[in-house]
Amino acid sequence: MSADTLMRTTFAQTPGPEFETTAFHVPKPLSECSVAIVTTAGLAHPGEPWEDQSSEFRSFARSERDILMAHNSTNLDRAGFAADLNVVYPIDRLEELQRDGRIGTVAPEHLSFLGSTFDLGSIRLDSGPRAARKLLDAGVDVVLLTPV
Amino acid sequence: MCTRAVSTLAHVFEAAGLASVALASNREQARRISPPRALFCDFPLGRPLGAPRDPALQRRVLEAAFALLEAPAGPLLVEFPEAIHDAADTPVACPVPPRDDAGAPPATAEARALRPAWERARVAHGGSQVGRVIDADAVPEALEACLRIAEGTPWREAGIPGDIAAVLMDIRCYYEEAAMALAEHVPAARSAEAWYYQRTEAGALMKRMVEQLVDSDPPFPYLYYLAPFSQQETIPLPGG
Repeated sequence: MSADTLMRTTFAQTPGPEFETTAFHVPKPLSECSVAIVTTAGLAHPGEPWEDQSSEFRSFARSERDILMAHNSTNLDRAGFAADLNVVYPIDRLEELQRDGRIGTVAPEHLSFLGSTFDLGSIRLDSGPRAARKLLDAGVDVVLLTPV
Repeated sequence: MCTRAVSTLAHVFEAAGLASVALASNREQARRISPPRALFCDFPLGRPLGAPRDPALQRRVLEAAFALLEAPAGPLLVEFPEAIHDAADTPVACPVPPRDDAGAPPATAEARALRPAWERARVAHGGSQVGRVIDADAVPEALEACLRIAEGTPWREAGIPGDIAAVLMDIRCYYEEAAMALAEHVPAARSAEAWYYQRTEAGALMKRMVEQLVDSDPPFPYLYYLAPFSQQETIPLPGG
């Protein structure tokens, strides 16, 4: 069994929140949308490690590239992000999509949570809604969510 | 675990009025939490867009994800048609530079010998992932603190300069970045990790720390951050 298959199998049955309904918001044409990335890769600025099991989020300006993937889990590849942050945080690809007219604009700020946080209650009820408000206030229409 | 979080956030964002599309790295978790739109990608964990320095593949993933925004109703869970698998069983082939062990433990001397390679990697990649707590200058000294833990010093008294999980990850990133320079290419997913744990003195030291700390009293809270499950047999899998 490959390392990743082992991890996927091990955590497949980890309990997660249950949602009685699934909201579904159809956006305007993508070529008119502001798009933001929200990742759970534990992105950080140098010298600012995450507290284990944090439910908070951090913001990264559209122009920033000096970013660490500070997720502490040992059970995922690190070399890919070190060579090209777009393999987790595809900010340069979004810039290209804007230049090509495929998306309206790249949002001015993007967010990261820490995906290894086990208790998702605070993210669901507190920091997640705060992040949504921050994105809406910035004019974001579409969120691309990336795990790690 | 990250798929749980992105799926949860997708529900929250959609309820707030945003449209969302989530890349999912664990199909079963995405199926259980059922976010409004998810694209499962059978890619290595740590590389949700597939492969570094492959903008064409990354673009195909994004196009497939954004295509889900055109659907009139959901939830949707779609699988990306291409797959890439990890290479954790195959350490990247790269020579470890000769080291001068005089007056220094093997891992410490090894880290010093790797410094030129790490510098080349930093220049080639335009930066480094070392820097949560320590910089490259501090890696050899941090390894000496790890050696003290492996030899029985209580971990809080060993001189680890800050959050131990973050320091250990800084060390690992230093080594993996040096490996990329030595191998002169970006390795397949988790093959740099395999090299670190199977071919280096520092990786062996991490395993010794696991053996020292797995039964510590009080329990060491960061066992899962010492070595991947696939590279050791001492730390029990969660629930197993």
